Amino acid sequence: MSAKSVSRSRGSSLMAYLFLAPTLAGIGIFTLIPIVGSLVLAFFRWDIISNPEFVGFQNFTEAAADPTVLVSFGNTILFVVIAVVLQLGLALLLAVLVQERLPNWLRVFFRSAFFFPLILSAASVSIFMGYLFNEQFGVVNWFLGLVGIPAVPWLTTPTGASTVIILVYVWQNFGFSFLLFLGALAGIPKEVYEAASIDGATGWRKHRNVTIPLISPTTLVASVMAIISALQMFDQPYVLTRGGPGDATRTVVMVIYETAFKRLEFGKASAIGLILMLLIMAVTALQFRLSKRYVFYQ
Amino acid sequence: MTTQTITATAKRRRPFDWGMALRILVLVLVGALILGPVLWTFSTSLRPPAEGLTLPPSFIPLNPDFGSYAEVFRQLNMGLLVLNSALVTGLIAVGQMLSAALAGYAFAFLKFKGKSALFSLVLATMMIPVQVTIVPVFMLIRGMGLSDTLLALILPAIPTAFGTFLMRQYFLGLPTELAEAATVDGASPLRIFWSIYAPLAMPGLAIVGILAFNFHWNEFFRPLILTISEQNFTLPLGLVTLQGNMGTGSISVVLAGVVLSMIPALVVFLFGQRTLREGLTAGAGK
Repeated sequence: MSAKSVSRSRGSSLMAYLFLAPTLAGIGIFTLIPIVGSLVLAFFRWDIISNPEFVGFQNFTEAAADPTVLVSFGNTILFVVIAVVLQLGLALLLAVLVQERLPNWLRVFFRSAFFFPLILSAASVSIFMGYLFNEQFGVVNWFLGLVGIPAVPWLTTPTGASTVIILVYVWQNFGFSFLLFLGALAGIPKEVYEAASIDGATGWRKHRNVTIPLISPTTLVASVMAIISALQMFDQPYVLTRGGPGDATRTVVMVIYETAFKRLEFGKASAIGLILMLLIMAVTALQFRLSKRYVFYQ
Repeated sequence: MTTQTITATAKRRRPFDWGMALRILVLVLVGALILGPVLWTFSTSLRPPAEGLTLPPSFIPLNPDFGSYAEVFRQLNMGLLVLNSALVTGLIAVGQMLSAALAGYAFAFLKFKGKSALFSLVLATMMIPVQVTIVPVFMLIRGMGLSDTLLALILPAIPTAFGTFLMRQYFLGLPTELAEAATVDGASPLRIFWSIYAPLAMPGLAIVGILAFNFHWNEFFRPLILTISEQNFTLPLGLVTLQGNMGTGSISVVLAGVVLSMIPALVVFLFGQRTLREGLTAGAGK
């Protein structure tokens, strides 16, 4: 490659390291050291005030026996499953509807509209959604009242609160999967559909037999990204419910936050954080294994 | 028989497209569910503070009242919150653009030992969420004596694995001949980078900058943990505090704050939507 000659004539490795210094030093200090720090801290008891004390696996066993921690993992996994299925399903349906047969100006309009929530802050969205779902004066219950449905206690019952958290999360995030699917659909050559319709495939069958296999690489990437991001859910439950009622909407990241910064159990918080990181890595690994069997690469 | 033929031709000429109607109905319905809450937020912020809760809800501000906007400035130090958010977001964006351009350029064009290993390392850190490392980051910040400062928010956010990856891709798409010619003329690598390639890479840099701006302007988790005193709060943190203090008080005042906080994001959306879309989906690239 000709790029080599550039460096051969002039640049020693030193110059390259200078270019890399800000990024590598930054990643080293603020990502790599913290990862190692987490690993070490997870085996210590430390409240910042007194000296750290080595406790072996006690933080992990304590976390595993703590009902709040267990509930938070259960909640998070439930939220992730429902939110990701909703998010991907809605995104794919809308992408197909927007991509096919729509006049261009409508396509641009809907693409902007569905993408719009992505640019807002999750905290702000949760603030106004909290008002919309308020039991007495919320607009949602007002609309439900119009069709004769009595006021739903959205944020004060476990099921209601979980539903709102998931809906608000999906409302804000489905646009991302939508964009990915839209890109994938635009990449399918027209001839493929023409060939399919010559073979007699129409409507739903066309999508099942042509679209879904052809966009499967995107589906995989979209689901990995959606799962990883939903596993870190924090802003919505923090602003909408503070994890309540009871522990009904407490997520893993909320428990990490409370364990570390409310109860000053930094070791235990690190241990929970490590478990979450392992979960994220396991999900990614599993999905890529599955992809070898089910994803169709053109 | 004649009538039959007529209706048949009429039908053939203008068949009502049920599929299309259903398609548009679904899209309009979802569109309304997406834009409705935002419209309601805007419209309610234009109600007088005392009427925020009044039903029926308002979606179109017929008698705009700016009392809630005046009130949110009285209840929150909006000027300082905006200044903090702008400082934090702006410095992170500029810092990310600079550091990612330099590192991306090195990974694309320069030759050095350990290149592929270092690049893999950078890519590997892209997967690690800040939520997982926040406890050690907090301690690090404390150890550096940066607790409860804006620098605590800025410094850790500058190194960007994603931006480095993006800029490397961008530089790889640029011709190498320019560098060769400049090298023959005796230009140093830094000079070649700064006067030839950095200007050419502006569109890529814009993606890094806009993504950083949008993400950190909206960020809530890190400011919640890394700042303590109100003078260091960013806008989202200030708004959540206001909402918490007021409980179910005057919602139009809180919503006025929410609307104000959306303005920069809205500007980016209006003028940089394409760049933003490209950037967001770049990470999932093929």
